Amino acid sequence: MMAAFTVARSSGGLFSSLRVSFRNFANIKHGAAAASSPKSALLPDRRWYSVSHLSVKERIEQKRKAALIGGGQKRIDAQHKKGKLTARERVELLLDPESFVETDMFVEHRCSDFGMEQDANKFPGDSVVTGRGRINGRLVYVFSQDFTVFGGSLSGAHAQKICKIMDQAMTVGAPVIGLNDSGGARIQEGVESLAGYADIFLRNVLASGVVPQISLIMGPCAGGAVYSPALTDFTFMVKDTSYLFITGPDVVKSVTNEDVTQEELGGAKTHTTVSGVAHRAFENDVEALLNLREFFNFLPLSNQDPAPIRECHDPSDRLVKSLDTIVPFESTKAYDMLDIIHAIVDERDFFEIMPNYAKNIVVGFARMNGRTVGIVGNQPKVASGCLDINSSVKGARFVRFCDAFNIPIITFVDVPGFLPGTAQEYGGIIRHGAKLLYAYAEATVPKITVITRKAYGGAYDVMSSKHLRGDVNYAWPTAEVAVMGAKGAVQIIFRGKENQAEAEAEYVEKFANPFPAAVRGFVDDIIEPSSTRKKICSDLEVLASKKQVNPWKKHANIPL
Amino acid sequence: MAAYRQAVLVDRLLFTLKYASCQPCCGAVNHWAQYSTATACDEKTFDKILIANRGEIACRVMKTCQKMGIQTVAVHSDVDSSAVHVKMADEAVCVGPAPTAKSYLNMEAIMEAVRLTGAQAVHPGYGFLSENKEFAKRLAEEGVTFIGPDTHAIQAMGDKIESKLIAKAAKVNTIPGFDGVVKTADEAVKIAQQIGYPVMIKASAGGGGKGMRIAWNDEETREGFRFSSQEAASSFGDDRLLIEKYIDNPRHIEIQVLADKHGDALWLNERECSIQRRNQKVVEEAPSTFLDPDTRRAMGEQAVQLAKAVKYSSAGTVEFLVDSKKNFYFLEMNTRLQVEHPITECITGLDLVEQMIRVAKGYRLQPRQEDIPINGWAIESRVYAEDPYKSFGLPSIGRLSQYQEPLNLSNVRVDSGIEEGSDISIYYDPMISKLVTYGSTRAEALARMEDALDSYVIRGVTHNIPLLREIITHPRFVSGDITTNFLPEVYPDGFKGHQLEAQSRRELLASAAALYVTAQLRSQKILGPLRVSSAPMERGFWELCVELGGQQHHVQVTKSGDLYTVEADGEKVDVCGQWNLASPLLPITINGAERMFQCLSREASGTIVLQYMGTMFKLQIMSQRAAELNSYMPEKVPEDTSSILRSPMPGTVVAVSVKPGDTVAEGQEICVIEAMKMQNSLTAVKQAKVKSVHCKAGETVGEGDLLVELE
Repeated sequence: MMAAFTVARSSGGLFSSLRVSFRNFANIKHGAAAASSPKSALLPDRRWYSVSHLSVKERIEQKRKAALIGGGQKRIDAQHKKGKLTARERVELLLDPESFVETDMFVEHRCSDFGMEQDANKFPGDSVVTGRGRINGRLVYVFSQDFTVFGGSLSGAHAQKICKIMDQAMTVGAPVIGLNDSGGARIQEGVESLAGYADIFLRNVLASGVVPQISLIMGPCAGGAVYSPALTDFTFMVKDTSYLFITGPDVVKSVTNEDVTQEELGGAKTHTTVSGVAHRAFENDVEALLNLREFFNFLPLSNQDPAPIRECHDPSDRLVKSLDTIVPFESTKAYDMLDIIHAIVDERDFFEIMPNYAKNIVVGFARMNGRTVGIVGNQPKVASGCLDINSSVKGARFVRFCDAFNIPIITFVDVPGFLPGTAQEYGGIIRHGAKLLYAYAEATVPKITVITRKAYGGAYDVMSSKHLRGDVNYAWPTAEVAVMGAKGAVQIIFRGKENQAEAEAEYVEKFANPFPAAVRGFVDDIIEPSSTRKKICSDLEVLASKKQVNPWKKHANIPL
Repeated sequence: MAAYRQAVLVDRLLFTLKYASCQPCCGAVNHWAQYSTATACDEKTFDKILIANRGEIACRVMKTCQKMGIQTVAVHSDVDSSAVHVKMADEAVCVGPAPTAKSYLNMEAIMEAVRLTGAQAVHPGYGFLSENKEFAKRLAEEGVTFIGPDTHAIQAMGDKIESKLIAKAAKVNTIPGFDGVVKTADEAVKIAQQIGYPVMIKASAGGGGKGMRIAWNDEETREGFRFSSQEAASSFGDDRLLIEKYIDNPRHIEIQVLADKHGDALWLNERECSIQRRNQKVVEEAPSTFLDPDTRRAMGEQAVQLAKAVKYSSAGTVEFLVDSKKNFYFLEMNTRLQVEHPITECITGLDLVEQMIRVAKGYRLQPRQEDIPINGWAIESRVYAEDPYKSFGLPSIGRLSQYQEPLNLSNVRVDSGIEEGSDISIYYDPMISKLVTYGSTRAEALARMEDALDSYVIRGVTHNIPLLREIITHPRFVSGDITTNFLPEVYPDGFKGHQLEAQSRRELLASAAALYVTAQLRSQKILGPLRVSSAPMERGFWELCVELGGQQHHVQVTKSGDLYTVEADGEKVDVCGQWNLASPLLPITINGAERMFQCLSREASGTIVLQYMGTMFKLQIMSQRAAELNSYMPEKVPEDTSSILRSPMPGTVVAVSVKPGDTVAEGQEICVIEAMKMQNSLTAVKQAKVKSVHCKAGETVGEGDLLVELE
């Protein structure tokens, strides 16, 4: 009900603004046509009539010029001094040279209160630069908030510009990248600004799962504004210059009496390590934008496109000898799942998502024989690779993104189970763990699973098991698929009996190996680790034409 | 002796077949004979030999055993259970946990392994139990042959003091100022003063350069005494020390001898081992550029005299110091196979391990002295997992994520005991391999060494190839003008990597720029039918800004096919290559000349790390515009490290000399870290109060771990 209302309202807004511009355009033309015949004789050097001293052509030029310098050189210098680039410089770096096609350069805010109507307070384009362009030749829509104009604050016009390119992106089927650098709502505009946020939120939601949406936070982003990045698929941040929080340190102090700095409250480090709000952080604007270009190349343009395939120099049948010795003999000893991932994927190129948050699970993008794949792996190096609340949520969100955008998922399993304890139970591990289970079960993209070592208990089921429609499930010779570790199992089966050690050895012999799963067909094959890359590449080739459809529903009800 | 005894497990898996596929990695099959196989046709030696060692030397010995049709038994610690030497052996026995004292030095467990497997003989390799008379004795008691000299010879030569007395008696030149056992620091100073500075202090029982320190004054003598006695105690369980006259500008030249049980002995020419760091050898060659035939014969004959004097049998090495006037002095005799034995094998064509096995069985030596040739020239580089930028090499550890030996080149031999995926751990010697090249002349061997070092792919650990490459191309080394002080003399401020000249800088800039453009273009190559058509930039000209070593270079790149014309620093360079972005090796033709580059990393931010001339160079490549904008980016201030002491390498904390609240003077010792049997004293960079101590003696620390904070 609410949503429908907003759609109606905002599209009304769109139409009315269109009407406005049309009216202006018509007026001028009309005036020129009407006035040209009687006046032309008097002023032969004037080709048309104008109310100001300047010709329209000159005014266009002037407006364009004004739009290009945003809030003016002084503010640009201030922006640079802070170690930040301007909105336009950012767009320039992000996109292929000369590929940017700008829209709404002439849009101005429509506020007439508090002296905002004065010419000095009007900036062509207002506080955001919008348009489309190319990244490595591929289409993308982009908006870049301009901190030099009213601190990048969001006016009705600002929101309208963003909504316009988002609508276009949706109709064409191309991703949207938002470069956020905004002080917040345009307070002078009041509810107009709030409405603008909601218009964007709605579009974020409608576009979710249709086109990839990426937010790069390059300055402040506070209050309600944070929900737009939060709704997008990926949020990246720039270290030391970007902040995300609902309320700033001053309000926090007055409400909860906590002393906290901006950086501690909502800096890149906080959000990439503690809160899990941001997916990655970069050193500075330039590094962030260059990395974003690289990241963009992994993504399909929309949910109508298959995972992109880039030219690949790494042989798909490359044997990876180092994998044969990577899993230690002692099943309690840790190893680095990233070593396995790097060795298997094309050119050791792995774009990790959330590398510093819930490190007991590793997720990220890579390519196999050129084709983009999503990689999920338990990380035995951190908390034995167990699943807990944070890692489940991290994994689930990543799996759902891949599924939404036709990106095959490769899962490396070494999981001893879910993390026990009151902190986890009270925190709702049942509910959160279910998300990962849900995400894997729901996913219809090609799913390939490699059990490298432990696959214990419920966590075995969760991690893209055969039972959740895994297409190809492999086990390495070191795999142990069991309900639990030998010690725990024996204590239950042989409770109170003697010869526990003997029973344990028997259990190990029986279950601490890949056979119980293999004889039941729960793994398709037991493979030499060195052949893993070769096998996965060939499986992906076949699975490229996989078709699987879930039952019709309005939408599913993931346990949020 | 061992407090710990693990149940000995026999690993019944035979890995021989598996290993067969990676055979070439232990030695190239080339048109030149590494060592002859002619002698061993119908001689029966042993059925089964146990190799009481690990790593490359264990593999090296097994290789000859396989050639001779002898079954092999490997021993290993638990962390080594999937090591190459274990896979290569016919049988393998676990002899204990990782620390060497509990595994490779665990005589009980090794004796048990011998019994269990029924090995008839034991080859000890070098290090570990190779010069342990007790071990040799126990083997003899059980009727197992020790492949090495008799206990008597080991004992006689193992003790530095006794060995000199014997050498003197055998009319071998010895170093003046020889002295006895030292008990206290004061006594050490007194002796040192009598001899006259400089003096050398070392553990009596130690082999090689381990624990050897040079003192130029009383204070250094005290310090040297303290360190050497500690090290002697920890490494050899014997804290006796030796102080003697230190010869300035010396060369370290050693004679390989080979003796049988029938009183015959041969000298197999010399090895020049003067290139050392902290008295450990880095680059060796055979023959020496310095010796004339007369000196060579004189040294060889003295070496044989000594061998005969102690009734030596098996292979051994007599080390000499040679001064600038070609006077030579006996240093010590190593009663084992030396690390650097391959270069002798290269120039003489003999397989020393085979000879050792034959001699141990009691066969007579076959070749006569006049049959021992010097064929060509051989050079050995010891490739270590260590950081050469820190005092010419501090150990580093890690997993070899990528590893590729340059065996595609002819006249290259690589003796190694690791493979891709192996771990270099803190428990053992950080040697990765011995890279040996051979040529009919020294220049040929050196040129081949350059190629081999350039094509050697090692990823995952820091290695010393940058230093090796610099040494073998240094004009002083090339001309043969070397001493054991070569490294400190040539790099008085420490090793800083290859210094680029105008031309080599241009080549590096051009290659990096071409690689960058290749990667940029490849990013646009999205295959398959596209719903939304792509609009790749079709251009053949790039203006780039390349930052190298803090300097920005304007670089213009024009591309036509695989050929890039790069204008860097105002001069044009033609760069041509395969441009495989997945390969670690990048063979590139620059202005017609072939160069081998290695790409270590390539990041989205434009950072490319290339290995060129052995050294790793980090370049930052951006479009002109991106570079302009990049100038607005703030410099991130690195952490002030003067008040923080971090461990420069992984190892064990031996001693912490300060506690919180202490005031330390600049240069004062804060703690001592032991890694790979080396004790490293860490000192304060400034005068300050100790804020907190984060380590304690006995703890294991990783590289970069916080040890002590100062205020």
